[in-house]
Amino acid sequence: MKRFLGFVKKEFFHIFRDYRTMIVLFGLPVIQVLIFGYAINTDLKDAHVAILDNSKDQMTRQITQKIVSSGYFMLGENLNSTADIEKSFRSGKIKEVIIFKENFARDYLKDGKAKIQLIADASDPNNANLIVNYTLAIINNYQMSLMKEFKIPFQITPEVRMRYNPELKSVFMFVPGIITILLMLVCAMMTSISIAREKEMGTMEILLVSPLKPLQILAGKVIPYVLLSFVNAITIILMGKWVFGMPVTGSYLLLLGVSILFIITALSLGIFISTVANNQMTAMFISLVGLFLPTILLSGFIFPIENMPVPLQILSYIVPAKWFIIVIKSIMLKGLGVTYIWKELCVLFGMAVFFILISMRKFKIRLE
Amino acid sequence: MINSSEKIIEVKNLVKKFGSFVANDHLTFDVFKGEIFGFLGANGAGKTTAMKILCGLSKPTSGDVKVAGFDVYKQTEEIKKNIGYMSQRFSLYEDLTTVENIRFYAGIYGLTNKEIKERSEMLINKLGLDNVKNTLLKSLPLGWKQKLAFSVALIHNPKIIFLDEPTSGVDPITRRQFWEMIYEAANSGVTVFITTHYMDEAEYCNRVSIMVDGRIEALDKPGLLKKQFEAETMNEVFLKLARNIQEV
Repeated sequence: MKRFLGFVKKEFFHIFRDYRTMIVLFGLPVIQVLIFGYAINTDLKDAHVAILDNSKDQMTRQITQKIVSSGYFMLGENLNSTADIEKSFRSGKIKEVIIFKENFARDYLKDGKAKIQLIADASDPNNANLIVNYTLAIINNYQMSLMKEFKIPFQITPEVRMRYNPELKSVFMFVPGIITILLMLVCAMMTSISIAREKEMGTMEILLVSPLKPLQILAGKVIPYVLLSFVNAITIILMGKWVFGMPVTGSYLLLLGVSILFIITALSLGIFISTVANNQMTAMFISLVGLFLPTILLSGFIFPIENMPVPLQILSYIVPAKWFIIVIKSIMLKGLGVTYIWKELCVLFGMAVFFILISMRKFKIRLE
Repeated sequence: MINSSEKIIEVKNLVKKFGSFVANDHLTFDVFKGEIFGFLGANGAGKTTAMKILCGLSKPTSGDVKVAGFDVYKQTEEIKKNIGYMSQRFSLYEDLTTVENIRFYAGIYGLTNKEIKERSEMLINKLGLDNVKNTLLKSLPLGWKQKLAFSVALIHNPKIIFLDEPTSGVDPITRRQFWEMIYEAANSGVTVFITTHYMDEAEYCNRVSIMVDGRIEALDKPGLLKKQFEAETMNEVFLKLARNIQEV
């Protein structure tokens, strides 16, 4: 019994003295609860809407006022013509356009009927549904208050349209997301683990003492993963096209080019992790917490970033996957060209260069 | 076998600092062609740092160091081609077969296909590994792996072989066999530079140096060192040295 207790005590020492075990035991659940708790947030907050008011009467102004002051929406811009709708959606900021038909108040008071058209950006289907439902609720609310005033049954008929993904197919959303996660997983996690394995087995020393240059060693480790993940990306795109009927409306060339850029970013992250981690377990753990979870949770893949609290939104800016998802969604769903996504491309490119530089530097320092 | 006076490693006033910490404090020593040179010292005495410099993995802060006639500041490429290296972990790939391992290491040293074929056949015959040449390395006994690792480290006919605690965690019989291989290599003209924790192994070396706190405190033939420190064994020499330094 005494020996047993001693054994239990010893086990506690193992746990308390190993910071990795401590992180897994206590840190990970906390991080997960925090991220999941905040990220799975179906409440709407400050969604940008554009208003095309063809009537410009007191009623349309009241409805606009109600929508904007609800706290769920923010007035992105006032549009002047139907031609502007396309442009404001392409900017990527506007999630919904509300269109009032001409003579709104007059029709309403005369015929008891008026029309509002809602167009939502459904490249993120969950969010689009949410936005439309909230808007409808506000309009209904306004109607109720009017009915109390006039005591006649009036009716505002909303007409809803979903842009880019009219059937709200979530597969359209998941394909870009899965590509992102897979590239991140294969490139970053697998390279970091495989380099860490060399260190763990002691073969890294032999490689470093050999006439191979450090750059050659890195490239040799990385290239198989580049090829594999590239094949992966193409397979997913083709599967999306043939199995789920997801179109690639933009240029395939651009899509592949952007994928390479993201692959390079992920690989350099993987190399960076491997310079920090001395064994496979650590490499895997850092990859999971540092790359995999943010890629799933903070990239806008599953949970809309706009609805997260500000600190998480800020955090999402440094997640490469966020930018990549914006870019491939724009190319695949909206068919946009470089002119529309150059900003995101610049961010991705900057991240790639930054991570390559620091991982090379770290790798060299380790040699010293 | 140490009849040669040709210097293969020349170290003069080697200093290596990490910030304000001096890992190697003015080391000066020579290693002659074909000798077995024991490089001893407690953990943290600076052995690994010095060995990394000799292998061309890091640069000295100051001092002159030549390995196989090449300068460690400028000619690390040449140095790497002329040395072999084996660590305590044998450093072969467990998930490759015997032949694949040999070919891989021969390959990274730039041997031609013909040379690789010839030498791997020769090696397998010499080590009697013909039955297991296509077996994954993880199913081979430790002693075999170690022999193979040593032979692989010599596959490109290096002038010097660096052995970093090659016999740690190995049973006495395997250790003995391993030393036979070391002698064989030295007899064929390869210089052996070895670090070890086993003081009985130090006695097998032609000359040994003992490092304490970044400095070489003793360097001579084991027999002469024992005389100098009035000790029965190298272990005693080592303890006396370490104690003296602590008392000062």
